[in-house]
Amino acid sequence: MQSVAKFWKKGQSTQTLVLHVDDRPGVLDRVASVFRRRAFNIQSLSVGPAEREGVSRMTVVMQGARAEARRAEANLRKLIYVLDVENISSTPSVERHLALIKVRANPAGRREILQVCEVFRARVVDVGNQAMIIESTGTARKTDGLLEVLRPFGILEMARVGAVSMTRGMATRQLEAQDEAASQRLAS
Amino acid sequence: MAMTGAELIWEVLAREGVEVVFGYPGGAILPAYDALHRSPIRHVLVRHEQGAAHMADGYARASGKPGVAMATSGPGATNLVTGIATAMMDSSPIVCITGQVPSGLIGRDAFQETDVTGITLPITKHNYLVTSPDEIGPALKEAFHIARSGRPGPVLVDITKDAQQGRAEFDWESFRVAQRPSDIPPRLAPSLQEIDKAARLIDQARRPVILAGQGIIHSGASRLLLEFARKAGIPVSSTLLGLGGFPASDPLHLGMMGMHGEAWVNQAIQQADLLLALGMRFDDRVTGDTSSYAPKAIKIHVDIDRAEINKNVRVQLGMVADLSEALRALTGRVQARRRREWLGWIEEQKGCTAVRDIQAMPDNGQLHAAHVIHDIWRLSGGQAIIVTDVGQHQMWEAQYYRHECPRQLITSGGLGTMGFALPAAIGARFAHPQDEIWVIAGDGGFQMTAAELSTCAQEDLKLNIAVINNGYLGMVRQWQEFFYQGRYESTPLHNPDFVKLAQAHGLTALRASGREEAQMAIAEARRRPETLVIDFQVVQEDSVYPMVPAGSSLGEMIRRPGTLVETAAD
Repeated sequence: MQSVAKFWKKGQSTQTLVLHVDDRPGVLDRVASVFRRRAFNIQSLSVGPAEREGVSRMTVVMQGARAEARRAEANLRKLIYVLDVENISSTPSVERHLALIKVRANPAGRREILQVCEVFRARVVDVGNQAMIIESTGTARKTDGLLEVLRPFGILEMARVGAVSMTRGMATRQLEAQDEAASQRLAS
Repeated sequence: MAMTGAELIWEVLAREGVEVVFGYPGGAILPAYDALHRSPIRHVLVRHEQGAAHMADGYARASGKPGVAMATSGPGATNLVTGIATAMMDSSPIVCITGQVPSGLIGRDAFQETDVTGITLPITKHNYLVTSPDEIGPALKEAFHIARSGRPGPVLVDITKDAQQGRAEFDWESFRVAQRPSDIPPRLAPSLQEIDKAARLIDQARRPVILAGQGIIHSGASRLLLEFARKAGIPVSSTLLGLGGFPASDPLHLGMMGMHGEAWVNQAIQQADLLLALGMRFDDRVTGDTSSYAPKAIKIHVDIDRAEINKNVRVQLGMVADLSEALRALTGRVQARRRREWLGWIEEQKGCTAVRDIQAMPDNGQLHAAHVIHDIWRLSGGQAIIVTDVGQHQMWEAQYYRHECPRQLITSGGLGTMGFALPAAIGARFAHPQDEIWVIAGDGGFQMTAAELSTCAQEDLKLNIAVINNGYLGMVRQWQEFFYQGRYESTPLHNPDFVKLAQAHGLTALRASGREEAQMAIAEARRRPETLVIDFQVVQEDSVYPMVPAGSSLGEMIRRPGTLVETAAD
């Protein structure tokens, strides 16, 4: 998996789709299958529970232009367990990545690493005799930058998750709009 | 009322109006088969599960109602795959019910276990793995809803053996079909703005062409299309699956478009200043090279499936709507036109094709496939249901059998599945017990599912079966002739004696190798009450013309060679 920053450098665009789906076995397979079947490339994917019970939220970052995202979106909407799909690429939104980085650090080198962490607003979550684990949240670029600086110390392990994204402000999602409409119907 | 899961399956099918199920029993589906004798539904025992899926498909295409196929787990289920993919590509509503190993054995590589929901994920509209008897009713009911709603397609329901054996309550009303965002509302109407914009573009156009696809047939919009085309004075070309959606005898009907479409149709599309695409999907066999496709045309696309808009061809106006609603609205808005100049230009283009037509050639004693199809058309008065296989004969059928009504041509278009014709025709027979049905198959494809002759005999069905026998995998041979310097690698066939093959199944059969014999055989088939298999021995190395080579521009067609034109002119 290439980093988001690298894609921007090459001028290749990515699209961020936010999906709400029924939380059932096999749903991820169905969603991933649409991308595979139509030869769209998933750059990152993260799945977790949404605010409503029984609903999962997926953030899919795909490579490609807007037109391709539109095709992916239209095909995703046909899936029975998909509740809504939104392309938030051009909507002001907050995007976060999480990374855990295990760096080689003997007692003498720790200080310097701690300084780096401070600059990057990363947190040290575990310290051992020879290594420490650093947790970083933020944009993909920030994590890429942190990695660059940490590399000389010796990166022993890394775990990164794909983007999770959310639009800013009160932008109402379709799902909420539906709930709204339903509750208004009930009220009247 | 409490009953077993197995009984529940048949009860749901009966409530859904299912008359016939095509299937093949086996271990994991045995409980369902054991409950069959208490159901009024007829079961047709096939000889291979692929046949069951094609029969369900043929039934669905002929009737417009979902067809049902049943198979056991493992190989039974995987044998359905080709038939399911065929139905998916051609938007045919079928429901496949497969048995699965008991839920406790799933994931343990049990005997005849296969991940059929995984395998069929990309070739179904939706599928279910049902592991408890209470889920059977809701899942099956929803499966029928999904199969027939919006853009139709196949749905598979995989039911474990223990779910069939367990007991559950049958309460039809309580089986809720959930409202989902993916649902397409029935009779979905386009917006007024869209209709206004489309009507304006149509009124401004000087050289418009309608591209009518199978959506016309699914929507039952044939009559509305006729009214619209006549009012706006727009010629109609059809996709392969759209044939019959517009009467072939109407002066506005151009014929089939695309790779083997008539030359004037493709020329009209390339010259058009407006294309109105209705319920079609700009398949590569229809467009040729998309970068040079209809370069002067503004394109309007109406389809029930949003994912089809701007998939293959960029359009200026896309409308997601039911075609009946769209056409009704459009007919009200457009101006009445004659467009004599444009229609006259198209008429002129037909001239050069007439002399190349094989029908115009003098009889040299040889039988051409096109002759056979033309004669079937003539003798059946253009009223028969034709079920074709895939290949040259399929294209000749599209060119020479002039369909007047929807659902009278049943053919595998998108997937191009050889072996489709015979089983699909058996399915169609159950949808239309009285109508004249012809199977037209090549000698290659016919042998892929010829075992279903046995089904035909066992069920005592009447079909007219035309085997167009040229001793080659004809379409592949044609490509080898045109594009591979005539190296006929692995295309010549050493065939069995089709007459004896039919007789071995207890069926009657004839052989015809001249025009007169062919006509007599066709008449004989129509006269007889029982199935007749006819082995038509046709010219071996004939080719389908015109032909747009794959990837070429639609205007670049290979025409029937000049020598034949001279013969015709003599």
